[in-house]
Amino acid sequence: MSDVMVKAEGVHKRFGANEVLKGITLTVDRGEVMCLLGPSGSGKSTFLRCINHLEKINSGRLSVDGELVGYREANGKLYELHERVVAQKRQEIGMVFQSFNLFPHMTALQNVTLAPTLVRRRGREEAERRACELLDRVGLKDKYHAHPVALSGGQQQRVAIARALAMDPKLMLFDEPTSALDPELVGEVLDVMRDLARSGMTMVVVTHEIGFAREVADTVVFMDGGVVVEAGSPAEVLGAPKHERTRSFLSKVL
Amino acid sequence: MDQTELTQIAPERPDDIKAVPVRRPGRWLGAFIVLVIAASIVRAVVTNKNFGWSVVGQYLFDHRIISGAIAVLYMTALAMVVGVILGTILAIMRLSPNPVLKTASWLYIWFFRGTPLLVQFVFWFNIKALFPHIDLGVPFGPSFIHADPNSVITVFGAAFLALSTNEGAYMAEVVRAGIISVPEGQSEAAASLGLNRLQIMRKVVLPQAMRVILPPTGNETISMLKNISIASVIGFAELYYQASDIYAQNYETIPLLIVASIWYLALTSIAYVGQYFLERKVGQGFSRSQQATMKERWLSLGAGGGGGLR
Repeated sequence: MSDVMVKAEGVHKRFGANEVLKGITLTVDRGEVMCLLGPSGSGKSTFLRCINHLEKINSGRLSVDGELVGYREANGKLYELHERVVAQKRQEIGMVFQSFNLFPHMTALQNVTLAPTLVRRRGREEAERRACELLDRVGLKDKYHAHPVALSGGQQQRVAIARALAMDPKLMLFDEPTSALDPELVGEVLDVMRDLARSGMTMVVVTHEIGFAREVADTVVFMDGGVVVEAGSPAEVLGAPKHERTRSFLSKVL
Repeated sequence: MDQTELTQIAPERPDDIKAVPVRRPGRWLGAFIVLVIAASIVRAVVTNKNFGWSVVGQYLFDHRIISGAIAVLYMTALAMVVGVILGTILAIMRLSPNPVLKTASWLYIWFFRGTPLLVQFVFWFNIKALFPHIDLGVPFGPSFIHADPNSVITVFGAAFLALSTNEGAYMAEVVRAGIISVPEGQSEAAASLGLNRLQIMRKVVLPQAMRVILPPTGNETISMLKNISIASVIGFAELYYQASDIYAQNYETIPLLIVASIWYLALTSIAYVGQYFLERKVGQGFSRSQQATMKERWLSLGAGGGGGLR
């Protein structure tokens, strides 16, 4: 088993004529926590969405756990993967969205058990036991049967994290998980993410929470205009940024 | 904040406000005018002999009328079920990335919404003029099933085919509106959990789309209940057909139309009740508080009712 979880080489992504990613090259090791920082429109969310094939890349190579994302390579040719295979691979990659995207017609518990029962074909009892464990872990012991509308933003996002974890992913992607939250509620979500990082989960986090990045990240990547401006340890990128662009961004957000 | 904290700041809670309500003479005047008009309508209806209320009473539960009402109810249920299934398939085809399916669905909807229902009834009834034999098989190749159109296209069969195929076209647009009303983030979240397209549609998108689909489906059901009367032109023995059959013999036209109308109103009322409970069911999780009941709404009419936007 390789130690590399995500490997991107010269990844390009266009939306029509608009080139959003202009050659991203980086690796995320197993157990590593990587934070992607950068101004809006820098391509960090798009890159994150490419990792679980919510967006198709236009050129370059992107692989997760040694396998190409969305394609199969044989005899020097690329073959598109069938939707079913793409769906199978997504089971192993958890994703948390800025707008939570909980299923509003289901309770917290049903949100968490849906994929394990439907996709992994686990028994209802087993799935519910595991879901309760996960909801307890994110501090929502008394909210099993609440619909999302009855939960605060922070509680909803914690349910969303539990929902992703219920599939036992090997990689978790976070797309600005706290950007839609009231300042008071940001902490409870970051606490859960901090615990998750400590447990050894491989995480790629798009965030504007510099404090979280400094404390939790193994690697911080600063992106702008569809390229990686600089990458390194939090001390390097946040403490002593080499590039002017990084410095000016940090001076505005800190 | 804590209860105890609050009481420390304000140990004495002031009395509830008892203010004299604003006088609203306009409201009383409006109500008075409406009541006067209503009273004169009631007087006209009750005193006018031409309404023939005794004849209405005589035929209201006539076995021919009852059988007509049952035919309407039965046909509506049957054609609506098929129409909803057909409409769902057409809506999904129209939203699919496959250009052939998309175009086929568009053409279907274009054709069946674009021609009058009356024409479609007569068309289906006369289909045997167009296809003397029914053969199902490979186009230009061998066929497997042979049928005589006379056995398939009875009056009931023609009415059912016309109503359900027509309803499919309308329901397709209703279902499509419901599907596109569900935010894309829902499908993305489901996809990121590893659900496939069919699972996403069944478990995530359609249950939420139902909230948008149901009210216009209630409309469709009520329209169909009444549109079935058009099938009288091909001799389908529904409510209006039975009523007209009776008044053709006894010339009591108005009373029998009233009988038919009373039954139509009763049948549409059933649709109302069904819609109310279905909407409550699919509305779960979309509102913080349970919607006000009928009783609460009427009570709020009497009391104050000055504040708020509504």
